[in-house]
Amino acid sequence: MTDALMTAAIIGVIAMMTWITRALPYLLFSRKSPPPMVAYLGDVLPAAIMIILVVYCLRNTAFATAPYGAPELLSVAVVAAMQLWRKNLLLSIFTGTACYMLLIRTVFPL
Amino acid sequence: MKAFRFAALQTVPIIFAYLFVGLASGLLLNKAGYAPQWAFLSALFIYAGSMQIFMVTLMTSGVSLAVIAVMTLLINARHIFYGISFIEPFRAIGREKGNAWKFPYMALTLTDETYSLLVSLKVPDGIPRGKVQFYILLLCHLLWIFSCTAGAALGQMLPVDMTGIEFSATALFVAVVVNQWREAKTHLPAIIGVSSAILFYFVLGPDQLILPALSVSVIALMILKGRVAPALAKEAAHD
Repeated sequence: MTDALMTAAIIGVIAMMTWITRALPYLLFSRKSPPPMVAYLGDVLPAAIMIILVVYCLRNTAFATAPYGAPELLSVAVVAAMQLWRKNLLLSIFTGTACYMLLIRTVFPL
Repeated sequence: MKAFRFAALQTVPIIFAYLFVGLASGLLLNKAGYAPQWAFLSALFIYAGSMQIFMVTLMTSGVSLAVIAVMTLLINARHIFYGISFIEPFRAIGREKGNAWKFPYMALTLTDETYSLLVSLKVPDGIPRGKVQFYILLLCHLLWIFSCTAGAALGQMLPVDMTGIEFSATALFVAVVVNQWREAKTHLPAIIGVSSAILFYFVLGPDQLILPALSVSVIALMILKGRVAPALAKEAAHD
């Protein structure tokens, strides 16, 4: 196989597998309306999933060594506080990210 | 047009995250010696940030296509859980005349970031929700394609040190969690989610936590349906 063909094949395989994971819920529940249990899960899962995604994003933080994840935890606190106070998604993301970028350059250099 | 403008405003919070991660994944491909068209094709068809970054490692390591297929399934299996909340809404859009293609398109463009935008989406009266959802997904996809391709095309010419900007994805998820918490009729789903994630962080380690945490949360929520579902219904009566 040539290099270009191999590259195309790799991208194709990854795309196909990704599509399968994304299409699966719709393929499994192809009836007119999903069963009540699935409809219920559709309502309650987002709250569980989003908080799992937060932990997932922080998973590679070095909590065991100095500064014990302080830049991440402080910035998460800033985002949460901003969101509670101003209720503006963009402002919370901007402030929290700026705080993180500043902390890892000044107070807690990598 | 109103729907498009409203949708465009909703996508603003993920511009940082998509630009940075997209540029980074394009840059990696460029460094590994791949032309920009491969970044373009990956962004168009794969459209999954962490997977596209990992793909560069896979391409240069010479593992077989079968191994790549299995690893992709494992890494992206979390997407299975996202669609569950959009089965009926997306299907309904696909039933509209001339819009049949939108159903698969919307199903296949649900990423970590677009999922979090859509679950926290509030549409004012008079603007069709389905249209807004579609435009959000389309605009995010186009932004992603742009940033991946730009990363690969610009290569090392990129200016300034942007280390840390990847935190904007975490920040988006945290802000969405705060919104959900404030509006939740019951906090049980969030508590179940965070407990299982932390549990599996310690039991299985950082890189193995997400699938077990998602699966256990689904099972726990199914078992607790008798407690959670009435709480949802009760508050809804007050709205």
